[in-house]
Amino acid sequence: MLQIISVLVENKPGALMRITGLLSARGYNIESLTVARTLDPTLSRMSIVVDVEPQLRTQVIKQMNKLINVLQATDLTDTPAVKREMVLVRVRTQLNSRTAILKEAEIFGARVVDSSTEGFALEVTSESEKLDEFIDVMRSYGEIDVTRSGTVAVSLEAKKLRLSPPVPRTTPVEEADTIRN
Amino acid sequence: MSTSPAHRATVVPESKLMSGAKILLECLVRENVDCIFGYPGGVTLPLYDAFYDHPIRHVLVRHEQNAAFAAEGYARSTGRVGVCCATSGPGATNLVTGLVDSMMDSIPVVAITGQVSTKLIGSDAFQEADTFGITRSCTKHNFLVKNIAELPQVIHEAFYIASSGRPGPVLVDIPKDVFQAQSHYTPVSAIHLPGYKVFTEGHTGQIRRAAQMMWEAKRPFVYAGGGIIAAAASEELRELVETLDAPAVNTLMGLGALPAEHPNFISMPGMHGSYAANMGMSNTDLLIALGVRFDDRVTGRLSAFAPHAKVIHVDIDPAEIGKNRAPDLPIVGDVKRVLQKLNKVLQELAPHHSERNAKDRAAWWQQVREWKAEHPLTPDVSTTEIKPQHVMREIDRLSGGRAIVASDVGQHQMWAAQFIRFSEPRLWLNSGGLGSMGFGLPAAIGAQFACPDKMVFAIVGDGGFQMSIPELATIANHGLPIKIVVVNNGYLGMVRQWQELFYNNRLCQVELNSFPDVKQLAGAYGFKGRTIEKPQELASALEEAVRENGPYLLNIRVSPYENVYPMVPAGGAINEMVLGPPQPVEA
Repeated sequence: MLQIISVLVENKPGALMRITGLLSARGYNIESLTVARTLDPTLSRMSIVVDVEPQLRTQVIKQMNKLINVLQATDLTDTPAVKREMVLVRVRTQLNSRTAILKEAEIFGARVVDSSTEGFALEVTSESEKLDEFIDVMRSYGEIDVTRSGTVAVSLEAKKLRLSPPVPRTTPVEEADTIRN
Repeated sequence: MSTSPAHRATVVPESKLMSGAKILLECLVRENVDCIFGYPGGVTLPLYDAFYDHPIRHVLVRHEQNAAFAAEGYARSTGRVGVCCATSGPGATNLVTGLVDSMMDSIPVVAITGQVSTKLIGSDAFQEADTFGITRSCTKHNFLVKNIAELPQVIHEAFYIASSGRPGPVLVDIPKDVFQAQSHYTPVSAIHLPGYKVFTEGHTGQIRRAAQMMWEAKRPFVYAGGGIIAAAASEELRELVETLDAPAVNTLMGLGALPAEHPNFISMPGMHGSYAANMGMSNTDLLIALGVRFDDRVTGRLSAFAPHAKVIHVDIDPAEIGKNRAPDLPIVGDVKRVLQKLNKVLQELAPHHSERNAKDRAAWWQQVREWKAEHPLTPDVSTTEIKPQHVMREIDRLSGGRAIVASDVGQHQMWAAQFIRFSEPRLWLNSGGLGSMGFGLPAAIGAQFACPDKMVFAIVGDGGFQMSIPELATIANHGLPIKIVVVNNGYLGMVRQWQELFYNNRLCQVELNSFPDVKQLAGAYGFKGRTIEKPQELASALEEAVRENGPYLLNIRVSPYENVYPMVPAGGAINEMVLGPPQPVEA
C-alpha cells in the first residue's frame, strides 16, 4: 500500500539526499516526490509517496524526524489530508476526434493549455487515481505524452510544529575571554 | 570541564583576520579539544601548517582508519568528543569504517576532512571523493563548508550534535581554499538547529506508571546498556536496582554500567551471554530496558524473546522505541534524568508496595541464583595448554576491575566480556554494533592518550592484530605503555567456530599461518615482546607486561580449537543455548 509522507525540511544542500537515503537504504522505491520552498524561503515542503510496509512506516518517519535538517515529518496516509496531483498530457489526434477529446477533458475538469493542428496539451489536477483514468481515456484517442507532478498534500489538521530554541555556546568562550581580559 | 592554561593562551581576540585553518583550530580550542588523531595530505596542508605551532596535540597515526578508531577510544574512555582528521579522497574514505562504528555504538566523534578547492569540486580532481555523499549514511550529520563565513558556526554545531542527545559521529568536510581564505573571526555565542530535537525529560505520567509497574512485578529484570554509560547514569542505575532489588544484566555495550561485583549483577545477556542472564530475560514478567536497543545479538529470535514480560523501555532516541520490540510502556528521555525521577517516585511508593509480592520476589531471586549455580561462567583452565578464558581471568586479576580494556572483535572479545570484570563505566572499549576487526589496538591508543595514568590493555586476536600492526609505530613513537595481548589461536576463531558448527566443519580461509615472531616484531619497533604457550608462564608473563614501563607485546599461543560458549545459534531463542561443545558419544 502506498503511503504519503509530508516533510518540512531546511532548504539546505544535501537535505533531499538525507531523506531519500533513509528510504533507499531500506530498499524502498519512491513512487513520487515533490519538493518546493515554503512561505519561509529557508524551508522546503516535501511530499513523498512510497511503498513501505505499514508496520515499518512509523520507524521510517521517526528516522526522518531524527534528521537534523528535518523540522517535521508527518504521515498523511491515514489522517485527514487533501492530496492532489497534476498531469500534463499532450495528445496527438485526428481532426475528427477533437470535439470528443474536449468533451472528455471537460468531464475530468481538464484545461486546454495548448492547441494545434496536431492535437492538444491538457492539464488536470485531481487525485492520482482519477488521473490514471484520464490518461487511459486520452490514450484511446491517439498517441500521448504524459508528465505527472507527483502527489502534493496538505494536512487538514493543524499539527504543532515544535522547534528547538538556540543553544548558547558560551562556556569555553566566556571562560577564555574572562581570563584574557 | 576546565580549560587548560595552554588553551587559554591561544584564545584569540575577537574579530581578528584569520585563515580558515586557524579559525578551525580556534573553534576546536573553544570546544576544549586537547588531542586530535590524524594523517595529513595534500588538501589539508594549510591546516597542518596551522598545527605547526599550535598547542593542540596532533597524534600522527599510521592509517586514517586508525585515526577514527583512536578518536573513538578517546571518546569511549572519557565521554568527551573524540576528534580525527584526514585528507580528501582516500583519507576520507579510510575514515568510513570508524564512522560507521561510532554510529552503531553512539560514540561522539567529530571528523575533519579536507576537500579539494571549491572550484574543483565535481571535476574529478586529484584525490577528490564525494565525502559529503559517502558519509551521509554513516554519520549522525555531516557538513560541507563552502564558505569560510560558515566555518565557526559549523564547527560548534558539529560538536553539539556529536555530543548531545544520542551521541554519534559528525563529519565536517572543508575544501582547501576555505582553509586558506582569510576572514574576520568572531566567536560564536549560540547555535541554532531548529530541527534537531533532543528529548531529555521523560514524561512524568509515564514515569509514575513505570514505578507502579515495577512495584507490581513479581519477577522484574533490569536490562541495561550503552545508554547508561553515554548518559553517565551508573549511580542512578545502581539506586534503581537496589531499590527494587532486581537482578540486572549489562549488555556488551553496557559492561561496567553496574559494577561487576554488585550483588544484583548477573552478567552479559545474548548470543554469548550467561545461562542465568538469558534465562532471566526469558522468564521475567517485567523487563526494564534502559538505554538499550534490543539488538539481535541480545534478543535472539525476536518472537521468542522475553515472552512473558511486559516491557518498559527508556531511551533518548524515539526511533529506538518499538523498533524491534513494542514496549508496554515507553519513556523517551535521557536515561539519567528519567532514572532520577523514577527513583524518587519508587521511594514515594515504596511504603505501600515494597512488601508486596515479597514472596514471589524471593522465589524469583532463588530461581536466578539456581540458574547461576547450574551453569556458572567459569573459565576453563588446563595444565597442558593455555585456555583463552584463563588469559581473561588473569587479566581480570591484574586489572582488579580498574584497567581499561580495549578489545578487538571475535572470540577473544566474547571471552573478555564474559570473564573480565569492570567496576566502572568507560573501562570496556569494544566495537559492539559494527564488529570491526582492527578496532582494539587503535582504540587502546586513543584511550591511553585520553587517560595517561590508567593501565590500558589491548586484547586482540591474531587476525585483528594483523590489521593493526602499523599502529605499533604510533605506540613506539609515543612510548605508550599499552599492554598488547594477542590471544593467538592461529585462526579467525569466530568464523571458524561457525564453520565448525554450521558448515559441516569445512574450514575455509580461516587459518592464519605465518604469524610473525613477536619478539622480533616488537624489537623492530624498539619495545619488548614475548611469546608464551605454557599455562605455567601465563601469570608471570602478564605480570611482566604490566610491570614494564613502556609498551609490551605479549603473544599468547592459546588452545587452537576452543570455542565460545554458551552460544545461541543464529535464529534461536535465547533460552535455547548450547552450553558447551558437543560431547563425544561413547560406543
